Amino acid sequence: MKVADYQLSQYLPVLILGIVAVAFAAGTLLLSVLVGKRGRDSRIKDTAYECGMLPVGAGGTRLSVKFYLVAMLFILFDIEVVFLYPWAVIFRSEAGREPGVILGSMIGFMLILFIGYLYALKKGAFDWKH
Amino acid sequence: MTLFAYMSPTQLFVVLSAIKIVAVFSVVMAAVAYAVLAERKISAFIQDRHGPNRVGPFGVLQPVADGVKSFLKEDFTPAHVRKAYFWLAPMITMIPSLLVLAVIPFGSQIPLGAQLGNVKMVIADLNVGILYTFGIVSLGVYGIVLAGYASNSKYPFLGGIRSSAQLISYEIAMGMSVVPVFLIVGDLNLGRVISFQAGHGWLIVYAPVSFVIFLIAGFAETNRLPFDLPESEQELVAGYNTEYSSMKFALFFMGEYANMIAVSGMMVTLFLGGWTLPLAGLDKPAASIGLGLIHIAIFAGKVAALVGLFIWVRWMWPRFRYDQLMDLGWRRLLPLALANIVLTAVILWLAGAVA
Repeated sequence: MKVADYQLSQYLPVLILGIVAVAFAAGTLLLSVLVGKRGRDSRIKDTAYECGMLPVGAGGTRLSVKFYLVAMLFILFDIEVVFLYPWAVIFRSEAGREPGVILGSMIGFMLILFIGYLYALKKGAFDWKH
Repeated sequence: MTLFAYMSPTQLFVVLSAIKIVAVFSVVMAAVAYAVLAERKISAFIQDRHGPNRVGPFGVLQPVADGVKSFLKEDFTPAHVRKAYFWLAPMITMIPSLLVLAVIPFGSQIPLGAQLGNVKMVIADLNVGILYTFGIVSLGVYGIVLAGYASNSKYPFLGGIRSSAQLISYEIAMGMSVVPVFLIVGDLNLGRVISFQAGHGWLIVYAPVSFVIFLIAGFAETNRLPFDLPESEQELVAGYNTEYSSMKFALFFMGEYANMIAVSGMMVTLFLGGWTLPLAGLDKPAASIGLGLIHIAIFAGKVAALVGLFIWVRWMWPRFRYDQLMDLGWRRLLPLALANIVLTAVILWLAGAVA
């Protein structure tokens, strides 16, 4: 298995799986179009489903600004998580050589983010009651 | 076997990978079909009903009938939708749930003689395994957001928005919950996570808090009850797939079950020892084909048990309210996961300092 040793060729099976997955998803949709029943169109069939009422106004309604806040906080914390992974991987091998440094630096990093978290908490970013 | 003798190592690698992919793909698709049947049977049992029992003995052919029915239904695209995205969304939901399977080791290895060597039972043995998983899982959000946006209708829109907020909230908790695992193991490769567990015992013992957070986040990530807010039928009809019908709906549906199987597979790999069992020497890589198949069976059994847990919980627990859901994700799980990381690191550091 010499080939599997190269970094990039490890991703070859992922590529094949990706092709299979796309082909499966597209293939089922295509088959469904080909063998599916043909129905008649009508105006009422083409309206948006709102439990039998005729739809009022546009489809996309206004939404709470909270959702944007969640998206922003997600990016903040998700990047933190990505930074944590390499640290976690080398932690045990390096902890012996650099006593305290590897632990202290990451706790400092997490503390700064935790202060940001507390700020968001106090501002009510996670308050969904109203 | 003689055919393999004429192939270069590269060709051999591609052919073996293709065989593994086709095998895994068909098994997972069959598992998805029968998970749906299991769901209906178990729900019937819990609610004191019979469940599907007309198609074949005990209803075992029900998934086939459902599949044929989905194909034969009218493939209807309402006039008010955004057509291209509307067609893209079910595909984007289905594809990531299949791609995640690439890095999950579903068995140890199968020795196939001198020429083929020991074939590892994992599609792609990536050294960044878990990062790949989280990268792919994040893509699943797009399908749901796109479905909500493309439908251009109120219920799907609200369902899509709710769902995206829920998925990204719990993704953080899920991502943080596994950091202690990698603090302990010191490797992102899932194969090595399992071999660590074979030597030291299952990681659920070392990182029980991680397991609990991962389990809760897993329920939220797969949109299963008690977190199926995106499609809470009393409020949103069916959420983001309200406007979908026939096979496009079925793709969302299969995506949900494939996700459930993938998350169960991840949980088994990370916390429950993967293909190992701590008895009868079953925790070493297989030396014979039979043993290799037993390892695959052990893995499948563990995954099936977790899928059973998913189904059981769905029919036992009421749904969370949206503010409770966000409260749990951001105010409870996130600080808990952070504390868990710091605590694990400090304990490991102290243990290292003493030793």
